[in-house]
Amino acid sequence: MGGYILKRLVSAVPVILGITVIVFLIMAMIPGDPATAILGSYATPENVEKLNRDLGLDKPLVQRYFIWLGNMLTGDFGRSFSLNRPVLDEVAERFNATLILAGTAFVLCAFLGILAGVISAARQYGWADKGITFVVLIGISVPSFFLGMMMILLFAVNLRWLPVSGMFAIYGGGDLPDLLRHLVMPAGALAVVATGVIARLSRSAMLEVLRQDFIRTARAKGVPERGVIWRHALKAAMVSIIPVLGIQAGFVLSGAVYIEIVFQWPGVGRMLVDAILKRDILLVQGGVVFVAACYVMFNILVDVAQSLLDPRIKT
Amino acid sequence: MTAALRLTDLSKTFPVGKPLLGPPKAHVRAVRPVTLEVQTGETLGIVGESGCGKSTLARMLVGLQRPTTGQIEIEGRAFDNADPAAFGRMIQYVFQDPISSLNPRKSIRRIVETPLVRLHSMGSSERTARIAEIFASVNLREEFLDRFPHEFSGGQAQRIGIARALAANARILVLDEPVSALDVSVQAQVLNLLARLKREFNLTYLFISHDLAVVEAVSDRVAVMYFGAVVEIGTAERIFTAPRHPYTKLLAGSAPVVGRPLTPPEAKGTELPDPLNQPPGCAFAPRCTRATELCQREEPRLKRMEDDQLAACHHPVD
Amino acid sequence: MIAFMKLLARNRLALAGGIVLSLVVLVALLVPVLPLKPPDVTNTAERFHRPFTEGHLLGTDHLGRDLLSRLLWGTRLSLAVGTAAAVIAAVIGSAVGIVAGYFGGRTDNVIMRGVDMLMAFPYILLALAIVAALGTGLLNALIAVAAVNIPFFARNIRGVTVGIAHKEFVDAARLAGMGHARILLQEILPNVVPVIVIAMSTTIGWMILETAGLSFLGLGSQPPQADLGSMLGEARSALITSPHTSVVPGLMIFIIVMSINLLGDGVRDALDPRLRSGALTRPQPATTVQRAFAPEGPGRGTLDVRDLETQFHVGPRIYRAVNEVSLQVAPGECLGIIGESGCGKSVTALSIMGLVSSPPGVITGGAVFHDGQDLIGAPYDTLRRLRGDKVAYIFQDPLATLHPLTRIGEQLAEAIRVHHAVPKAELRRRAIELLKDVRIPNAEARVDNFPHELSGGMRQRVGIAMALANEPELIIADEPTTALDVTVQAQILSLLDDLRRDRGLAILFITHDFGVVAQLCDRVAVMYAGRVVEEGPTGDILERPAHPYTKRLMACVPELGGGRRDLAAIPGLPPAVDQLPMGCAFAPRCDKAAKACTAPVDLTRSDKRSVRCLFPEDAIERHSA
Repeated sequence: MGGYILKRLVSAVPVILGITVIVFLIMAMIPGDPATAILGSYATPENVEKLNRDLGLDKPLVQRYFIWLGNMLTGDFGRSFSLNRPVLDEVAERFNATLILAGTAFVLCAFLGILAGVISAARQYGWADKGITFVVLIGISVPSFFLGMMMILLFAVNLRWLPVSGMFAIYGGGDLPDLLRHLVMPAGALAVVATGVIARLSRSAMLEVLRQDFIRTARAKGVPERGVIWRHALKAAMVSIIPVLGIQAGFVLSGAVYIEIVFQWPGVGRMLVDAILKRDILLVQGGVVFVAACYVMFNILVDVAQSLLDPRIKT
Repeated sequence: MTAALRLTDLSKTFPVGKPLLGPPKAHVRAVRPVTLEVQTGETLGIVGESGCGKSTLARMLVGLQRPTTGQIEIEGRAFDNADPAAFGRMIQYVFQDPISSLNPRKSIRRIVETPLVRLHSMGSSERTARIAEIFASVNLREEFLDRFPHEFSGGQAQRIGIARALAANARILVLDEPVSALDVSVQAQVLNLLARLKREFNLTYLFISHDLAVVEAVSDRVAVMYFGAVVEIGTAERIFTAPRHPYTKLLAGSAPVVGRPLTPPEAKGTELPDPLNQPPGCAFAPRCTRATELCQREEPRLKRMEDDQLAACHHPVD
Repeated sequence: MIAFMKLLARNRLALAGGIVLSLVVLVALLVPVLPLKPPDVTNTAERFHRPFTEGHLLGTDHLGRDLLSRLLWGTRLSLAVGTAAAVIAAVIGSAVGIVAGYFGGRTDNVIMRGVDMLMAFPYILLALAIVAALGTGLLNALIAVAAVNIPFFARNIRGVTVGIAHKEFVDAARLAGMGHARILLQEILPNVVPVIVIAMSTTIGWMILETAGLSFLGLGSQPPQADLGSMLGEARSALITSPHTSVVPGLMIFIIVMSINLLGDGVRDALDPRLRSGALTRPQPATTVQRAFAPEGPGRGTLDVRDLETQFHVGPRIYRAVNEVSLQVAPGECLGIIGESGCGKSVTALSIMGLVSSPPGVITGGAVFHDGQDLIGAPYDTLRRLRGDKVAYIFQDPLATLHPLTRIGEQLAEAIRVHHAVPKAELRRRAIELLKDVRIPNAEARVDNFPHELSGGMRQRVGIAMALANEPELIIADEPTTALDVTVQAQILSLLDDLRRDRGLAILFITHDFGVVAQLCDRVAVMYAGRVVEEGPTGDILERPAHPYTKRLMACVPELGGGRRDLAAIPGLPPAVDQLPMGCAFAPRCDKAAKACTAPVDLTRSDKRSVRCLFPEDAIERHSA
C-alpha cells in the first residue's frame, strides 16, 4: 500500500510540471505587454522597459519558464501588483476560505448524492425514485449563482434566518457557530449541482451492478435484500462512483468561484476574477497553479481510496 | 506439390507494462517459434485450451498481427510486412463471433462487396454477378443483401462471414472457432457447408477449435498447442486415438463421452505456468505424471515419432 | 431515424422538454423581426419598473432598458454561444478521442497523457486562465468553455472507440483491404456517432450554463451587449431592491437548461440500446408471479415442478420461455436438463427459486413443491430462507458470479452467516474446510484470495463450495462447466459426482452436452422451444431416443474417435419463443411431421419415460413394459 501511494505521488510530479507548462504557455499568449497593463497611466517607454527587465520579460520564453518555475519551487510566486503583497501569502489565505466552503459542499454532495442514488435505484420506478429523479433534474439545471441569489432573497432577506453574505459577522463574529451560520447557504447552493450529478451517476451505476451475475449469486445464497443493495451492490458500484467523486470535486471547486462572488466569500475564486479584471497576471498564474496542484493531490487521495476498495488495481 | 502455407520459426512476444518511453517491463511469449507446413487442399486442425496461443497464431497468419520472429510463406511467396490488405488476397479469416464480425451499421451488400472493391477493384455489374454467385454457393438468398446484421441468426451470420471471405477470392481460409458460438444442430450445417466449399473451390483450411471432436471430424492433420507451443502434430485419425504427447492424451481423455465412466483425468494440477515468469523446461511438466528432472531442465523439441506424427516430449506415451 | 423520433416522442418528459426548447429557439430566431424595444437604449428616468408596467411587460433594469427585449436578445446570444461551444468541443474532442482510441499504442498514450493533464485542472481554472490571457469578451469565453470541455469528449469517445476498434468487424475490414482512413470513416465513426450525440445532448445545457457563468462573472459579454449571464451579473447589485431584474434572466437560463436536459435524457434513452431493451431495470428480489393456475400439492421427492410456465414480457411482446414443464427430483438423484440455447432450460432452473430477472420475467403458471410447500408465490422471506440453505445454485461463469471485490473466504462465510448464527472464528474455519472439501490446495492461504487471483477452475470450485456451505438437499447447477477448458471440466465434473455420492445430494444439472449428461445424470429431460419433449433414465434415452429431435440432435454431436466425416445437421432453426406454433414446435424441422402435428401434442407417459410426440422413434411402451 505504502508503495502504491509513493508511486502515485511520484507520478504526480510530471502532472504538476505539465500544469505549470500549460499555465505558462497560456499566459505567454497574452497580447501586448503586461508591463504596460501594470503601469497603466505611468507607462512611459523607460518605465516599461525597466519593469520588463525587472520581471525578466526580456529573456527568451524557455528561460523565463525555468526562472518562474525555480522561483515557485523556493516558494516565491512573485508579487501581486494590485494588492502589493506576495502572491503566495494572498493565495494561501484565500484558499483556506475556499477549502472550508468547497470541502463542506463536497462532503454534502458526496453523502447526499450517493444516498439519493442508491435509494433511487433500489426503488426504481417507485415514488421515491420519481421524486428524487425530478429534484435531481431541477438541481442540475439551475445555475448555482442564480440559486444562491434566490436563497439570499428567501432565507436572508425575507425570512431573516441567515446572514446575507460574508464569512464572519463584522461585529462580534469569528467563532465557529458564526462561521457555520455563514456557511449554510453558500455550501448548500454549491453542493446542489454536484449532488444531482452524483445521484444520477450512483443510480445508473447501481442499476448496472444490480443486473450483474454476482448479485444473482448473492440472492441465490439467501442474502437479505438490504444486504444485497448496501453491501454487495453499493460496494461494487463504488468502483465507478469514486472516480466521479474526484471529477466532481473539481466541479465543486469550480462552482465555488460563482458562489464566492454571490456570497462575498473571501475565497480564491473571487480573488482570481478580480485579478483577471485588473490584469494582475502573476496573481492569476500563482493562484491557478496553486489550486490545480492541490486538486492533483486530492485526486491522488481518490486513487488511493479506489485501490483500497478494488484489489484488482495493482499497478 | 507446393505447400499452400509454410511457417518458419514464427513467434509472437507481447510486451507488458510498457511505459511512455523506454523498454517494457516484461514480455509474454504468446506463441513460441512454430514451424509448420500446410499442403494445398489440406485441412489442418489446431486445438488447444484457452490461452494456448492458437488465436494469436491465426492472427499472424493473416497479417493482423506482426510476428516477433519468423517468416510466413504463402504459395511460395514470402510475406514479411503485416499488411492485411496484401494478405487478404491470399488468405482470409472467418471469425468466432459471427455477429460481432459484421458491422451493425452496414448492409450485408456493403459488407460482402468491400473485398471485391478494395482488393479486386471490381466494377459494379461485375460485383453484382460475383455476389450472386457467392451467395448461391453459401446457400443464402439474395434478398438478404439489403438487410442489416442484427436481422440474422448466428448460423446465417456465420455464412455471411464465409461469403465475405470467399469474396476476397483467397485460396486459404483461417477458420477461428467458426462454430463454437453456434448450437450443435446449426453447427453441423456450417461445418458441412465448409466441407463442400472446400471441395468446390479447392480451398486450404486452417481450422482452429477447442472442440476435439469437431476438429477430428473436419481435419486431415491436427496440431495440438499448449502454452504457446505446438506439442504434437499428426493425422486426425491417429492423434487422439494414439497420442504420443501426454497433454494430447489428457485432452483426449478429458472430453466427456457417452458411455465412458466419469473418472478424473490423470493429471496433477490444472494451473498453467505464470506467463510472466516462465520456468525453464517443458511447460507441461508441472501437470505431467511422466515428468522427470530432464523435463524441468530442458525444453523438448518436436521430434518425429511415427511416419507422420511429431511430438515434443522427452518421455512420449507409447 | 423514424424509429428514433418515435421512441423520443413516446418519452413524455423528453417531449415536453423538446416542445419548450423548440419554442425558446423559435422565439430566439424571430427576435430581429419581433416588435421589441431596442435592448441597449438606456432611459434612466424609467429605472427599475416592476413587471407588467405599461410598455414594459417584464419591467426595466437599472438603466431603464426594457427587460423583455434584453431577455430575448440575451437568450438568442446565450443559445448561440452555448451551442457553438458544444459543437466545437464535440468535434475536436471526438476527433482526438477517435484517433487515440483507434490507433492505440504510443499515439494513444501521448494524446491521453495530454488530456489527463488538462483534466488535472478544475475546469474553471483553465477557463479563467484562457480568459485572462485572451482578455474578457464573449468570443473568448466561448473559446475557453469549448477548450475546457474538449478533454471530456476526448476521454469519453476514446473509451467507446477502443471497444469498437477491438471488434472483429474492424479486423474483417482490414482484411477486406480497407485502409485506416476508410476504416475510421466507414467502420468506426458510424458506430461512435450515437455516443457523440448522447454526449452532446447531455452536455449542451451544461455549456450554456458555463458561458452564462463566465458572463455572470463579468468575463464574457461586455456592456452594453448582454447575454443571460451578464444580465444576471448586472442585476446582482440590485438583488434586494429589485429582485425581478435577477429573476427574469435566471429563470430563463433555468428553463433552457432544464428543457435541454429533459430532451437530452430522452435522446440518450432512445439511442442507447441497453436502455431501449429495458436491460437497465433493476431485477426484483424474486421473480414476479401472476399465476393463471396453480396445481395442488403436496408433491413428491425433493423437488416437484408441475406445469411451470415462465414468460418474459417486453413491451407488447410475450416470450414464452418455459411452458408446462414438469420435473421431479428424488432425494440423492441427479436429473439432467439438456437442450440448445434458448430452449428454456436455464429459465426453468432459475424459476424454481424465483431468480429469473423480473422485470421482464413473470411466472405465469404452475407450481414448484419442496417439502410439501409451493415455492411459486411463496412470500419473499420464505424463499430467501430456503435459498442457499436447502436449495443452492451453481452458475455458469465463475468469474462473473463471484463478487469481484470481496475475499472468497468472506463470501463463503456470508453464505453461512445469512442463515445460521455462527461465531466469526468458526465461520473462517468452516470456510477453509469448505475449500478443502472441493479440493482446493493450500486452502488456509487461498481463503484470503480475491476471485481474480484464482484460475477459472479454482473459481468454480469456490462456487461449488459456496453451494455446499449449508449442506443443502438440492443443488441446481446451471451449466457449471461450460465456461471451463475441457481438462478442467473433467475434474469439476468428477468432483461434483463424488460430492453427490458422499453426501446424498440431489442435483438438477443443466447442460447442452450429451457427454456430460451421460457421465453424471441418472435421468434426463430434453427441452426444445420451452417444453420438455422427452424424459427418462439417461441410458435408455441415449440408447433409444424416442423423440425425433433427441435422436437427430444426438446425431449432430461429433464424437471423438469417429475420424473424418460429414456430420448430420438439422435444417432450419428453432422457433422464436414469441411466435410458438400451436402444435409441436419441432414439426417444421421434422421429416416425420404430419398434419396432426400442428395441433397441441401432449406428453405420453409410461412408467419410466415420457415423450411429446405423435410418431415417436420407438414405441416406448414396448421397452418399458
